[in-house]
Amino acid sequence: MKLLVSLLLCLCIPAVWAAESTTPKPDIGKGGQCVKDAQWMRLNHMHLLKHQRDETVRKGVREEQNSLKNCVECHASLSNNSVVAREDGFCVACHRYEAVKIDCFECHASKRRATLVTKDVK
Amino acid sequence: MSDTNTQRREFLKTSLGAAAVAIAPGMLLYSTANGKTEGASSQVRWGMLIDTTQCKPDCNDCVTACNTENGLSGGKSATDSQWIRKIEIKDVSNGRVTSLPMMCQHCEHPPCVDVCPTQASFKRADGIVLVDRHLCIGCRYCMMACPYKARSFVHETLTDQNPDVPRGKGTVEACSLCVHRIDKGQIPACAEACQNKAILFGNLNDTNSEIYNKVRSVASKQIRADLQLNTGVRYQGL
Amino acid sequence: MADLSALRSMNRLFYVLLAFGGLAALGGAYAVYMMEHHGHIISGMNNQIVWGMPHVFAIFLIVAASGVLNVASIGSVFGKAIYKARAPLASLLSIAMLSGGLAVLMLDLGRPDRIIVAATHYNLTSVFAWNVVLYSGMFSLVIVYLWTMMERRMNVFNKAAGLAVFVWRFVLTTGTGLIFAFLTARQAYGSALLPPMFIVLSFAWGLAVFHVVQAVIYVWNEKKLDPEILQRKKNLLGVFVIGSLYMVATYHFTNMYFAHQHGFELFILRDGGIYPNLFWWGYVVLGNVLPLLLIYAPGLGKSKCVMAAALLVVLGAFALLYVFIIGGQAYPLNIFPGYEVSSSFADGQIASYTPSIYEFLLGFGGLAIAFIITTVSVRVLNFMPQDKPYISD
Repeated sequence: MKLLVSLLLCLCIPAVWAAESTTPKPDIGKGGQCVKDAQWMRLNHMHLLKHQRDETVRKGVREEQNSLKNCVECHASLSNNSVVAREDGFCVACHRYEAVKIDCFECHASKRRATLVTKDVK
Repeated sequence: MSDTNTQRREFLKTSLGAAAVAIAPGMLLYSTANGKTEGASSQVRWGMLIDTTQCKPDCNDCVTACNTENGLSGGKSATDSQWIRKIEIKDVSNGRVTSLPMMCQHCEHPPCVDVCPTQASFKRADGIVLVDRHLCIGCRYCMMACPYKARSFVHETLTDQNPDVPRGKGTVEACSLCVHRIDKGQIPACAEACQNKAILFGNLNDTNSEIYNKVRSVASKQIRADLQLNTGVRYQGL
Repeated sequence: MADLSALRSMNRLFYVLLAFGGLAALGGAYAVYMMEHHGHIISGMNNQIVWGMPHVFAIFLIVAASGVLNVASIGSVFGKAIYKARAPLASLLSIAMLSGGLAVLMLDLGRPDRIIVAATHYNLTSVFAWNVVLYSGMFSLVIVYLWTMMERRMNVFNKAAGLAVFVWRFVLTTGTGLIFAFLTARQAYGSALLPPMFIVLSFAWGLAVFHVVQAVIYVWNEKKLDPEILQRKKNLLGVFVIGSLYMVATYHFTNMYFAHQHGFELFILRDGGIYPNLFWWGYVVLGNVLPLLLIYAPGLGKSKCVMAAALLVVLGAFALLYVFIIGGQAYPLNIFPGYEVSSSFADGQIASYTPSIYEFLLGFGGLAIAFIITTVSVRVLNFMPQDKPYISD
């Protein structure tokens, strides 16, 4: 029992220490609040996005404010216009910290619209 | 006792109802203010009438416009996506040559939707046949089932997609009738780009629309009409 | 002492075999990783040939997996003792091949990471979705069936389980045939003959695989198969091969009867380059005529001949599936009947296809999974057919 407790303690200490030093500090881009407060968004953004995606794709209900496109528009980094390009990108910073894979940007644009030049046709 | 209870219930009901009446317009306003659209309506059936007599054999404007609008590479290799393509057809019996654009025909009874194991292929209420790339597992059964070869499979990693047109590796895609434009009240990019006005886009159900009246006044055909899929894209002059 | 060293070398051989199987499976895993990472661009498949080599392997394994159960059914449902003794081995092979085939099919998907979606979003009109149920149902049914055979207390349910498996496997092969039979727009498919054709093909392929495995197990255990039993099984294989040849011939004859299918039949049977070659030489000659000779020709039909015949039937199966799946897609889809067609998207042209190394690695990976499951199970459990002295029934 003692062994177990000490083992747990040993495991906890570096975790606490690590948590303080490496808490993600995402580059929030333009930032600002448009849907809900930051804490609420941290917890619930995935539900919003998932609900929104089904509504939009399958029913054609397009709600500009809750769209992924709109998130990117404000939160893309001001230095490289992307939410995933750098370690501290708005989406990447926390997702990497929590080790949760983001699937969105395999298909969705991760950059601010204005910076996407129309591709030349081959 | 029961009397007070009933009264209490009635009061609660009324006040809830009143609250709902008070909030609803606010919600509605909120929705409109935030650019929320109504969504696709089943009263509408989007379609196209393509006048092949106006389609020039050497013109590729619709294809180019589609590629630009949807962020396709425009490559022509066997693994490149082609949402719309120009086809030259020659009547074997008399040698008459016709040129026409071919894309997803947006069937009323789409075989791709029937065969899709995950409901990723679906038909929107307004008749547009789409692939929900969130559900597509990339089995390609729909490509086998489509009588028009309208669908392409994304064979490699893509970057810098158009924000309005998400597409990605490992899923199947096809002409969406520029659904993102339609939802904004615009017409599909190919119809807009056609200099000869060979592509007429509109609501096949709207008695006041040009397409409704033209489909009733000129002879038009559905491709592979024998399959009875009731396509949304019709061809004139074949 | 001599015995012990022999045992030791057998033991070593077992691990060598296992290592080979593991290596092939690893190759498959590598192919999956590469295809996941780079996309299907590194396979030979494209927008015209959407199903390629992996599907040839997968469909062979799945069809043979249902066919091999025939051996069990003849025992359990029709009460033939020599087949009953082989039912456990047949069930094991079925599970092994089904696992291999399904693994290939799933790992070839564009998004194999989303396979769970196939269970959470179910489309009732899709044959693929039906097959998801059919395959998993088959899997569990065969496991229950095995249980009723190997656990004495469950023996009473053996007959019922056997019957259930018998019915299920017919439905399953019908489902596999329907995948193609419902593709009405394509000249090569969309025929009501396909489900029965796949059922008869499964008889031949399943029995051939069973025979090969059984022969190896007998050699391994230094036993000899009763010549009477061999005689009966080789005759059955012969009948199944003739039956499957008949079904394939009927399929092509009915196609030729329809005027609009002439072009396709000429392509597959005469003008299509690799496809007619594979069909006539690979399937008809190597996969049917030669095995039939080996089985029925006077003076032949001995143990080695039957083994060779069984292997040739398997080879023929791959040839036929290649022609059926890839040849069927290579022939241009007829969008405008009565017109000559050309476009940038290969309309009116024969599609070209060169399978890449990754597709083969994936396919052999599937075979390896089936091989490993079989080898390990045969080693740790008793799947050896236990024959009583042969009495004709």
